Amino acid sequence: MQHTREEQGLPRFALAMAKQTLGALRDLAPIFAVIVVFQVAVLQQPFPDLGNVLVGLVCVVLGLALFIQGLESGLFPLGEALAQGMARKGSAVALLALAFCLGFGTTVAEPALIAIAAEGAKVAADAQFIGDSQAAQDRYALEVRLVVAVAVGVAIVLGVLRILKGWPIHLFIISGYVVVMGMTLFAPEEIVGVAYDSGGVTTSTITVPLITALGVGLASTIRGRNPMLDGFGLIAFASLTPMIGVLGYGMVV
Amino acid sequence: MLDFLADVGDTLLSTLRDVTPIVVILVVFQVIVLRRRLPNIRGIATGSVMVLLGLALFLIGLEQALFPVGETMAQQLTEKAGAGAGALAGAVRWQDYWVVYLFAAAIGFATTVAEPALIAVALKAKEVSGGAVSAWGLRLAVAVGVAVGVALGCFRIVTGTPLPWYIVAAYVVVIVLTYRSSRTIIPLAYDSGGVTTSTVTVPVVAALGLGLAANVPGRSPLIDGFGLIAFASVFPIISVLGYAVVADRLERWRRRSEHQEEKP
Repeated sequence: MQHTREEQGLPRFALAMAKQTLGALRDLAPIFAVIVVFQVAVLQQPFPDLGNVLVGLVCVVLGLALFIQGLESGLFPLGEALAQGMARKGSAVALLALAFCLGFGTTVAEPALIAIAAEGAKVAADAQFIGDSQAAQDRYALEVRLVVAVAVGVAIVLGVLRILKGWPIHLFIISGYVVVMGMTLFAPEEIVGVAYDSGGVTTSTITVPLITALGVGLASTIRGRNPMLDGFGLIAFASLTPMIGVLGYGMVV
Repeated sequence: MLDFLADVGDTLLSTLRDVTPIVVILVVFQVIVLRRRLPNIRGIATGSVMVLLGLALFLIGLEQALFPVGETMAQQLTEKAGAGAGALAGAVRWQDYWVVYLFAAAIGFATTVAEPALIAVALKAKEVSGGAVSAWGLRLAVAVGVAVGVALGCFRIVTGTPLPWYIVAAYVVVIVLTYRSSRTIIPLAYDSGGVTTSTVTVPVVAALGLGLAANVPGRSPLIDGFGLIAFASVFPIISVLGYAVVADRLERWRRRSEHQEEKP
């Protein structure tokens, strides 16, 4: 039994991978084109280190193909099954707890966030905004990270609540914009850059597909919700609240 | 070779650290809260391993090939444009940097098309809308938005105008367009702002901003270097909403002209 399933599965897998690899080549073609055109036509220079570049390109194409195939066969179904199971269970508290854990858990260890928080601590120390010592900088960086992670957790909770209630998204996002604009006027200048950037870095390559699957799974299970109208929007919340959180942190400290 | 293997090990480890908390949360809720076993556990396990390996391979390849080339190119282009401008007795003329704007738009477009997170969201949008939203159409609209955003962001660095002016103006455009477009596209459009600033786009665009701020006389990397990410996250919202409004108008216009042909 096991054996025949493997035999059927392998050619199908090979075919799917070949298709994904072709797709990845097409997705990456514009980058290759831009780099070659500017390097040769504008800068008029040969490529540095051509061998390394070619090896890297093969890695990029194969990696993208594997990633997309794995997403479709593994992470998407897992996220959706969980969302549907939670929606059927009908416990709003458990669902909101899951939402917070996912938002907080995927953000707190995000490498891009760690890098930007450390960078922000340096800027703040240079501007005499915090103490110059390493300990003060480390504390500041850690606090920024925690603020952003909590903000993303709150964002996913709010977003899931919106899906449950069917509230229109644009009211949230527009009032969020107004809050960001207002806080920019009052927050210390040193933190505005970090705050604006922290909205962008929280939405990483693994988090985005999973959270999208969660939202769409929820909206397609709950009666009266339209997956197109209610399923999307979680990412938008997750990129807005960190800005508010970090701006607020800058005003309090 | 040894360096390369060490690189591979490091990247795999950090990707693993990235994925583990997510998998733990999902499994804990599935098993403890729902008290149900995972459906199709083999498919999910192989899928997760593929995501892990694929992402690690992708990042290694980017670091080997794209990032060094992209960063040196950003440096050289801004230096070249800066040298041409320097000949004019120090005065910064924004027109001298047209090659940089062109490169910014091209690289913003190209990196966005390759962004894995955007591919994933576009696939989902196509599936959910039953094909009404085409995956390629969405990705192209987002990529055009990033291209315009990054080019405008470079213009801002060259001219040294304040960042909030641009961002607030863009927010106002988003709000106006929101009230003009059909309800179904709005959540997707808002999401596409967050997805674009991910693995591929951020490092290349950040290098471009820092290189430009370091080479334009009178700009400091610390103050003027950031902000391109903010541009790259607002403009896709505008382009997706705008695309939807235009497509809607065209459809209505086409239907009306068909209707008039039938009348006589």
